[in-house]
Order: sequence, then C-alpha cells, then structure tokens
Amino acid sequence: MNIHVNPADATKRDSRVGLAIADGDIHPGLKDAKALHPYLAKRWQDHLDTYGLIPRHAYQAGPAYPKGNPDASRRDAYPPEGGKPGSSLSFMRAQHLDPNNVELGILNPIAPTPGNAQNPDLAVAMSRALNEWQIAEWTSQEPRLKGSIIPPYEDGAESAKEIEHWAGHPDFVQVLLLSRTCEPLGRRRYWPIFEACANANLPLAIHAFGYGGNPITSGGWPSFYIEEMSGHSQCCQALLASVVLEGVFERFPNFKMILVEAGFAWLPALAWRLDKHWEKLRSEIPHLKRPPSEVIREHVWLTTQPMEEPDQRRHLMDTWDWIGHDRLIFATDYPHWDYDEPAEALPIRLDDDSRAKLFRENARSVYGC
Amino acid sequence: MPRHVVATIDEIPPGERKLVTVEGREIVVFNLDGDYVGLLNRCPHQGGRMCDGVVTALITSDEPGKIKYDRPGEIIRCPWHGWFFDLRTGQSWGEPDRIKTRHYDAAVADGRDLVQGPYQAELVDVTTDQAYVVIET
Repeated sequence: MNIHVNPADATKRDSRVGLAIADGDIHPGLKDAKALHPYLAKRWQDHLDTYGLIPRHAYQAGPAYPKGNPDASRRDAYPPEGGKPGSSLSFMRAQHLDPNNVELGILNPIAPTPGNAQNPDLAVAMSRALNEWQIAEWTSQEPRLKGSIIPPYEDGAESAKEIEHWAGHPDFVQVLLLSRTCEPLGRRRYWPIFEACANANLPLAIHAFGYGGNPITSGGWPSFYIEEMSGHSQCCQALLASVVLEGVFERFPNFKMILVEAGFAWLPALAWRLDKHWEKLRSEIPHLKRPPSEVIREHVWLTTQPMEEPDQRRHLMDTWDWIGHDRLIFATDYPHWDYDEPAEALPIRLDDDSRAKLFRENARSVYGC
Repeated sequence: MPRHVVATIDEIPPGERKLVTVEGREIVVFNLDGDYVGLLNRCPHQGGRMCDGVVTALITSDEPGKIKYDRPGEIIRCPWHGWFFDLRTGQSWGEPDRIKTRHYDAAVADGRDLVQGPYQAELVDVTTDQAYVVIET
C-alpha cells in the first residue's frame, strides 16, 4: 500500500499533463459481437455466430476469474453513444488521448484473443480480421495511435505468415501475445514468431492474461482474482526465464521483448537468481553464453502499470535504478479498471531526463517511431 | 461556515445522488435513507470522479468462511480502482488514518427558514413551500 496521498486540488483536466506522453497499453474494444464480421469471410462469420470463440480453458462461459469492475473497466469509460469501454474512438480521444496529452498510444487488442482459440483455423482468420480492423477503425483514423500485429500465436508457422504479411506497415509497431501460452514461451514451437519479429524489426509485446489450458499458477488453480492479478508477475518470470534460457536471444540477436502489465519490481531479483544458478549450471545450457542478467538488460523492456507500491516510495526508485531508466515505458491500461492516470500515478519525482525517458523516449526508441 | 442550497429534497430520493458545483468545487450530494452527505467529486488516490462510483456495503470477516455485510448503502467505491470510502465520514476503508476524501456536512432546511438567510442558492431557487438540501463548506 502506498502511504502517500496526492493533494486534492481541482486542476482543470485539460491542462493536467503538460508533457506529451507515450502510452504503452491502450485497449481498443469491439463495439459488439459482430464488429469483426466485416473483416471475416462469411464462413467464419457463420462459425462465430454458431459456435463462438472457445478459449483454451475450462470455464468456457467467460474468464476463469472475475474482474475488479464490470468489463474490467473504469465505470466512467462507457461511451455515451453506447458500446463497451474502449470501443469508441471519439470517446477515447475525449476521455484519454486529449486530456492526457497522449502523442503516441499503443493499441493492445486483447479481447478477443485469437491466440487462445481452440480452433486453429478460426485463430488464423480472426487474427487477420483484428489486424485489418485496427487499421480500418483506429490507426487510419487517428495518427496518434499505433497498432499491434496479432498472430495466432499457438501456431508458429501461421504466426510467422501473419507477421510477414504486415511487416513494414507503418501503422504496426509491435507484435502482441498474451502471457499464458500453452507451453513456456521459449520452447521452439514459438521460434518462428521470434524470427519473424526479428526480421521485421518489430518488438514482441507480451501482455498479461490469456488462456493456455494450464492452471494459472504452477501449484494449480487459485481461488481469487487477487491471486490472478498478483500472479502475472510469477507467470512472466517463468516466461522470461524460458525465453532467456532456451537461447532465443542468442539465436535472434536483434529480437526485443516488452512485458506489459506484469509489474517490474521483481525483475532484478529474478535476474540475480538466474545469474547465480547460471554460473554453476552452464554445462546444462551451453548455448547461453552470457549471464542471464546481461541478456535481459539488453533485450527486455517493461511497461509500468500497475506499479508495485512499496511503503517507502524511494524503494521503487531503487528497482528502477537496477532495471535501467531506459527500459521502462509508461502505460495507462485505459480503459481498464486498474488504469494509471498519467498526472497522478507516478509515486516518485523523477529528474527531467528520467522523466522524459519514462514518458516518451523509451517508447519512441523501442517502437521505432 | 457558508451554507449553500444545492437541491430540493425531491431531487435526491433515498439512495440517489446529485453532482453540484459549489465555490468552483464539484461535490456529490448523497441521500442515505434521509440523511444527506456531501463528498468532494475527486478520489484522493488518482482523481477518479466519485459521482460515478458504486454504493455498496462494508464486507468484512472475523475469520475465514464467516462474512459480514454491514452498512449497505453507506460505502462508496471509486469508479476507477475501487477504493472504498465511508459516505458518512469520507474515510477510506483501506487506510482510514491517512486517506480520506473531503467530506461536507449536509442538512435539510425548510424554505420558510431559508428565505430569511444568510445562505447562497446559486443552484436552486428557494421558495417557502419546499424543503431543501443545504451543505456547509
């Protein structure tokens, strides 16, 4: 729990954020269940209408865990014209992009997630539809927004095709997966994705959540949503260890990864632990030629929201120092319920250089725009 | 303390709320089964607008498996992160000693008394045949 309280001044909302910012995590939503139909062959429209998209997990009527608010969203994020939070570009401009002075917003469409689909052909068709939808309804309408190439990520070969199809398109600045994959992400079935990202010079963003068919903790299914929320850091630690230890970054030296919405304060401890074991177990993984911490420091970025909140704020700054001030990307998670308000969320005062990096330059650097 | 007439009592039935602007500040006025309270329309955490919050109850437990549902209608959650605040005091549930939202006393006054003043009624025209919600700032 953060023990510091922001003063309750009544600063006008349209003047709160002086610095133009980048936002590494904005969630565009579908207006309704048929919103992707214009981008799908009739065969898949009929399929969705009849069978729906069945994710790879046991609770097929919806998510395995509840959310903090309906639609996992701020209660004030429902567009006045109707539809789900995040589904209206005009309202997104009015509620978020304009007042928060967002000059670069990264779209992370995570609902639906074709990569979770049991049906592999539906996953391919919906991935293409979501990519076309992002351009048609978002990035072509709003130059501040950039999209994420959605691949059907449990199928490496089809994912590589989808990434190659869009490679070089200026509206896409990253490829996006969800974190809970069927196998640990470093396994070779996923390498075609990494290779395609490296060839296209696009970072791979890994957003928390997803349904890979496995229990969401290594000890099984927990009882509460708070365990799922806190568990994203465990999931991403396992995922990152897998990618580093399998040698992905050795094989694809210009491959970059961005971890989204999984916290960051855990990263230094993971790196220390990996280094300690690597020194003694190098013969098990001879392909990894450098200490894991070095590999992570060179290839991995993280978005900030939701930040860990130590009682003493300076302790958060310590973790920041250890990770590197060039590696964190500010993110709001708009319109979701655990959104971070740009003018309020930062618990510590940064010097101008670190502030510019966090709010803009690190994003510009990793997204290449 | 200045008194402000912010609504007729009919405008805010039990369980309902009204957003008003007083001295440049947005205040949400609630009717808690006949008791009126005012809350600054700004969460002290990150600034969510409290007028969009959901009113709920205190859900507590003395031991695992035993759940208590107390004071329904008197606890509001911020529409963003779901911080809990006591509508009667403005105190947060998570950190009651440190974090509270600005709270205003509100009362019902009869129009016949109000017309004698002093009060400020920039929001509502006061007549002698009505009762009004009045807050102090």
